[in-house]
Order: sequence, then structure tokens, then C-alpha cells
Amino acid sequence: MRLADHLLIVPIVLPLVTGALLLLFDERRHILKATIGTLSTLVLAGVAIALLLMTNDGAGPASAAYLLGDWPAPFGIVLVLDRLSAMMLVTSSLLGVAALLFALARWHKSGPHFHSLFQFLLMGLSGAFLTGDLFNLFVFFEVMLAASYALLLHGSGAVRVRAGLHYIAINLVASFLFLIGVSLIYSVTGTLNMADLAGRIAGLSPDHRGLLEAGTAILGIAFLVKAGMWPLCFWLPGAYAAAAAPVAAVFAVLSKVGVYAVFRLSPLLLGVGAGSSAGLPDRVLLVGGLATVAFGMIGVLASQALARLAAFSVIVSSGTLLAAAGMADVATTAGALFYLVSSTFTIGALFLLVELVERTRDPAAQVLAVTSEVYGDDEGEEVAEVGIAIPATLAILGTCFALCGILVAGLPPFSGFVGKFALLSAVVGAGDDGEIRPASWAFLTLVILSGLFAMVAMIRAGIHIFWAPAEAIVPRVRVIEFAPVALLLGLCAAMTVGAGPLMRYATATAEALHAPAAYIDSVRNTARVTAGDPR
Amino acid sequence: MELALAIGIGVLIGSGVWLVLRPRTYQVIIGLSLAGYGVNLFIFSMGRLRVNAPPVLDTGRPVDPSLYTDPLPQALVLTAIVIGFATTALFLVVLLVSRGLTGSDHVDGREP
Repeated sequence: MRLADHLLIVPIVLPLVTGALLLLFDERRHILKATIGTLSTLVLAGVAIALLLMTNDGAGPASAAYLLGDWPAPFGIVLVLDRLSAMMLVTSSLLGVAALLFALARWHKSGPHFHSLFQFLLMGLSGAFLTGDLFNLFVFFEVMLAASYALLLHGSGAVRVRAGLHYIAINLVASFLFLIGVSLIYSVTGTLNMADLAGRIAGLSPDHRGLLEAGTAILGIAFLVKAGMWPLCFWLPGAYAAAAAPVAAVFAVLSKVGVYAVFRLSPLLLGVGAGSSAGLPDRVLLVGGLATVAFGMIGVLASQALARLAAFSVIVSSGTLLAAAGMADVATTAGALFYLVSSTFTIGALFLLVELVERTRDPAAQVLAVTSEVYGDDEGEEVAEVGIAIPATLAILGTCFALCGILVAGLPPFSGFVGKFALLSAVVGAGDDGEIRPASWAFLTLVILSGLFAMVAMIRAGIHIFWAPAEAIVPRVRVIEFAPVALLLGLCAAMTVGAGPLMRYATATAEALHAPAAYIDSVRNTARVTAGDPR
Repeated sequence: MELALAIGIGVLIGSGVWLVLRPRTYQVIIGLSLAGYGVNLFIFSMGRLRVNAPPVLDTGRPVDPSLYTDPLPQALVLTAIVIGFATTALFLVVLLVSRGLTGSDHVDGREP
């Protein structure tokens, strides 16, 4: 086994070791902790990019398995790297870098063990993306969630604690559903390895199918709670809006873990090879996803605080992705994967920006300003402020805010548009006989409308904050706070420039997802390193 | 045995769900614990119920799998118990903090 093969386990081991190491240092050694944490996150991002290049290398295999403890696949735990997991790893680690840089300005000092928890969160994320085993997926979900519970409370305060209480209770119940689903699936198939499961479901006897379908449905609910599908998303706006800015930015990828699980498991377990159970979740995902988009876009428009607006944007993006997963064809999935990465970066940037922007005014005044549209605006004193130049900080923030608005709404020329365009053109072309299905019309309408609603909400907020503020306070923004926002927006811009190669990658990913034979073979046929008796 | 176990799991999960839906934090955490026990028993039962069959293979003799019970659910339950304990403990801490900050044990932090 070459050294490069061990690169696959680095995204899990590196944050684990770093997080544990950071626990040993005293809380007051901020600089040391920050340095170690940042270095580790940067290395993680580098490793993720290396893994991505490895999977996209034409010569090498498109998916690789790593046998933990050198047990052959159905018996031991495997980690599997394919295009989808590499893509998710890169997304989460780059977002992690941006959020951590932002936190270095001041947030990392406002509570104990920020850096350790952050590393554990990254470890849970990487593990969830890499694992090839259902129960291990549960374990990594819990690692990720346990870290996120603590990070949500970071900075303390009654609002955060109340939101945290709801968030933890919901997620604990969802975890129980996860366990029930996993054990039901185990009871009828006798395996938890995803690749092995996919092979066994086809040959399952009819009297076991009911239990299997019940198990996958219960498992699906657990994922959909995390992904925030309506009506399971009521906890999400409160929790995300209450979290500290860098934490909320990483949470933008947390909801995508549920979406990832749906994208990974629904074609693998209940895809074409599943006999009579094939396509079971598609209708639920499609209808639920569309309902989620509708709920999210109403929420976006109704939000009176910017953080809630961003949180509802998470719901809109999840809904779009889930509906696309329900379409279950290659082109739509490819568009959805591009949109997934783009919207994760966008919403992450928006969460970071919200905090900078909120410093220009106190939140109470902002709520008043939005409400004043409804209840009448009686600020009678129109002071003539002719010829006052906009301060540079405000100009930069305003530009970033406008870019975020364009990206969230999906207007040209940025990656939000490319993603949505890919999705919509795929949906229009999805019918077998060139006819557009009613579901496609609904999808088309809702996605375009949600963009319009997001644009209206963002413009309204932007006018009140930058263009005609009641009282303009020039915020103190440090370079290290602005840089991560610029990094994320820059990544979105780069995604526009590199849209061709990225769409090719996404299409290859989607093809592999919908024809999982290569994935299954690579897990089953991975040879052990040492021959002979493992004992 | 199957009936007794099924009724036991049903009662645990049923009371757990009812308590989780109550508005007081103490009832919620007790509900979560009960539901946790129910789920753990459920996982255990999914490996089929066997009496007097060890899960660990005796390597000294030729192995006849029919003499043993399925070891995997037991390993799963063990992991689930550990994780369940840890997250419930974390929830307990948040509960106490919430009680201290808001002066109320209502889940919304204020009396309705």
C-alpha cells in the first residue's frame, strides 16, 4: 500500500488529533491555539483538494475504499472515497477555513474550547462524507452534532441557550429514528455496509420488503430533519439565526449533510437495482422539496432580521436540492450538485456578512425599519444630507452584500445563476418524450419565484442598511473579518469561470451515483493489505 | 418472550414520546431517556431473540454459527448507549443553564 492511499483517512484523523491536542493547552494561550487550529484546517483543505484531484484523475479509479483494521469489506468498516465525497470534503473544508479565519478576529475568545470543538465538527463532517457503512454514518453524525450543540451555545446568552435546547431535543429524537431505521434495515438484510446492502436489496424476499421499506423511510426522516425539509424544519431558523456568525457559516454545510445522505443513499439503496422498491423515496422528496422551497421563500420575505433571512435561505436551498433529488435523473442531479456547492459558499458568506452589517445599526432599529413599511413610516424629519460620501467600509460591505444578493437570488453572471440554470434546463429536458411534466412546471415556477423573493428581501434589507439608513454608523471591520467573505465570494466567482470543468465533474459524479455498480465493486473488491489470518 | 419485549419497547417509546412533547424541560429529558432505552432494546431485538447463546465465538473448537447469537446488534447497542448517554448529559447541562438564565423550566424559557 502506497503512502498516498493513506491520504484517505487523513481528513478524519487530522482534526481528531488536532482537536485532542488543543484540549491540552490552557484556555489563555489564544495565539498558540489559533495557530494550530488554522494550520490544521488549512492542511485539511489541502488534503481534500488532493483527494478531489485523485478521484478526477483519468487514469486512477473513480472510487477507492480504505479498509479500517484490514478487514474485508462486508465484515469490517470501510471508508469510501468517490467523486461525491471528495466534492463534499472540499466544500466543507474550504467553508471551514473561511469560518475559522473569521472567528480569529474575536469570536474564538468568547467561550472555552472553540478550536477543539471546531476541529471535532470538521472531523464529524469528513467522517460522514467518507464512511461506507450505515452505522458509522450514525456515529459520525453524532460526533458532528455533539460538536455543533456546543458550538451553537458558543458565546452564550439566553437566546442561544433556548435555541440550543430545541436544537438538541430535535436532533436527539432524529438520532433515535436513525437508529431504528438502521436496525430495521440490518434485521432484514444482515449487513450495514452500503455497497453490500445495495447488492442484497435486489434479492430480498417479498415478505421482508415491508420491513426494509419502513426502515428506509424512518432513516429518511432522520436525514430530512437534518436537511430541514418542511415540515421538519421548524427548529432550523431559530437555531441558525441564534448561532455566532462563524458557527452559523459552518452550519450552512451541516444541513447539506442530510442532503448528501439523500443523494448518496436513495440511488444506491432504492435505485434501479432495488427490484420492486425502486424509486420509493422520489415522490416524497419531490413534493416535500417543493413544499420546503415554498415555505422557505415565504420565510425569506417575512424575515425581519438578516440572520433569519440567511437561515431561511438555507431552507430554500435544501428544498431545491431535495426536489432535484426526487427528480432522480442524471442531468438534474448534476445541476443540483453544482448548486449545492455554490449555495453552501453563498450562504456561508451571507452569514458572515450579516454580522458585519449588523454592526452598522442596532437590531431593534432594523426590525422597526422593516416593519415601518407595513405600519406606515412616520419619520417626518427629512434631513437634507446632500453630498455625503459613502465611507469606504460601507461601500465594500455594500458591494459584498449586493454580490450575496445576486448569488442567493441566482441572477447572472455568478455561480448561483449557473447552478440554477443547469437545474432548470435539466428539469425541462427530463421528460422521456420531450413533454414537460407537471412536477417540472411546479419545480420551475418555485425555483424562479424563490429567486425573486430572495432578491426582493435582499434589496429591501440593502436599501435600509446601505442606501437610506436611519442612522449610519460606520462599522469597525477588520481585514481578517472581511477576507473570509471575500474568499467565499471569490470561490463563487471562480466557480462561474470554471463552470465548464466543474459541470463535467458534477455530471460524472451524477452518472456514478445513478449507476453505482463501480462504487459497489470498488468496495467489494478492495484487497486486504496483508494476506492470511487477520488474527 | 417476544410479546413481553414488544410491549416493553412499546411502553418505553410511548411514554418517551408523550414526555418529549410536554412543555417542561425535566419531562423532556426523562422522555428522551425513556425513548433511548426503548430504541436500544429495539436494536437488540433486531438481532433475533436467543436465550443461552453467547455472541463471542469460541476459537478452540470448530465453529457452528447456529450455536451463537448475532454479535453485531450487541456491538451497535453498546455504541448507541455510549452516544446516547453523552448527548443526554449534554442536554442536561443545557437544561440547567437554561433554567439558570431564564428562571423558568418551560422549554421556551418563559411561562406561556
